[in-house]
Amino acid sequence: MTERPRIPVVVFPGSNDDRDAAQALEGLGADAPLVWHTDDALPPGTTAVVLPGGFSYGDYLRCGAIARLSPIMREVAAFAAEGGLVLGICNGFQILTEAGLLPGALRANASLSFVCRDVPLVVGSVDTPFTMRCESGQSLTIPVKHGDGCWFADSELLAELEHDGQIMLRYGAGTNPNGSIGDVAGVTNANRNVFGLMPHPEHAVDPLLGSTDGALLLGSLVDAARLSVGSLV
Amino acid sequence: MRATVLVRPKPGILDPQGQAVESSLRHLGFEVADARVGRLVDVELTTDDRDEAQAQLERMCEQLLTNPLIESYEIAFGAGA
Repeated sequence: MTERPRIPVVVFPGSNDDRDAAQALEGLGADAPLVWHTDDALPPGTTAVVLPGGFSYGDYLRCGAIARLSPIMREVAAFAAEGGLVLGICNGFQILTEAGLLPGALRANASLSFVCRDVPLVVGSVDTPFTMRCESGQSLTIPVKHGDGCWFADSELLAELEHDGQIMLRYGAGTNPNGSIGDVAGVTNANRNVFGLMPHPEHAVDPLLGSTDGALLLGSLVDAARLSVGSLV
Repeated sequence: MRATVLVRPKPGILDPQGQAVESSLRHLGFEVADARVGRLVDVELTTDDRDEAQAQLERMCEQLLTNPLIESYEIAFGAGA
């Protein structure tokens, strides 16, 4: 179990949390190379992919709407379709919803203010590659920093996602920073191999940063990626 | 052929920008019941065939210019800049 699972981090023009994500993943035991958005293939041996936070293409048109057309996104979509693990953080979450890989849409915060602060989060299902290290109902403290984090789904879609256990992360009661429907902070796809969240786990992996709860989520991904390396052999 | 695509937040979708504009208009003394903020895209197409242009614009809206989950669109010809 000493193998370092390869988890590339995609860099789009305007990404700014790519190095933070790679450093956090490396610290948790992964090999996390940076991959440029025009690359037409994921590195050999890729076991999971991370789309980092930032402001790809200046958030023009809609957040994530341009980045999802990048050449690398065809590879990410194909990887996800085969069951590959994909994590989108903040702008990465926006890109995944725009790409149709995750349900719902992300819109301007209800307050129209940029929010940057630690928020309490409640973990839903722990039976996923992204939450294996958590306990069901566990409260995590992880920072958000976004202007467009108001996740939206109509009531039918929200009911369906709740029924299927796809709402994996919610803001603690009364602390919703952006007006998202159902206090949703993070959702998975139906197969639970693609996960997107607005909070930044890569900014909560060291006591110096005020919290290490982000390591529970990223560490789950590293564990899951390591298991998938084993299954490939 | 020139066309204008109007993109609007769908009815029922919270529009904080529209709310801010509405409240500012009231602040200026205008009697306003509601305001919604959308987006306008002027497109110059190389085709002169109106049906072909319409079909292309609809595909543009579905693939990029709108997010169908939260936005509706309207296509107008001859308008815009």
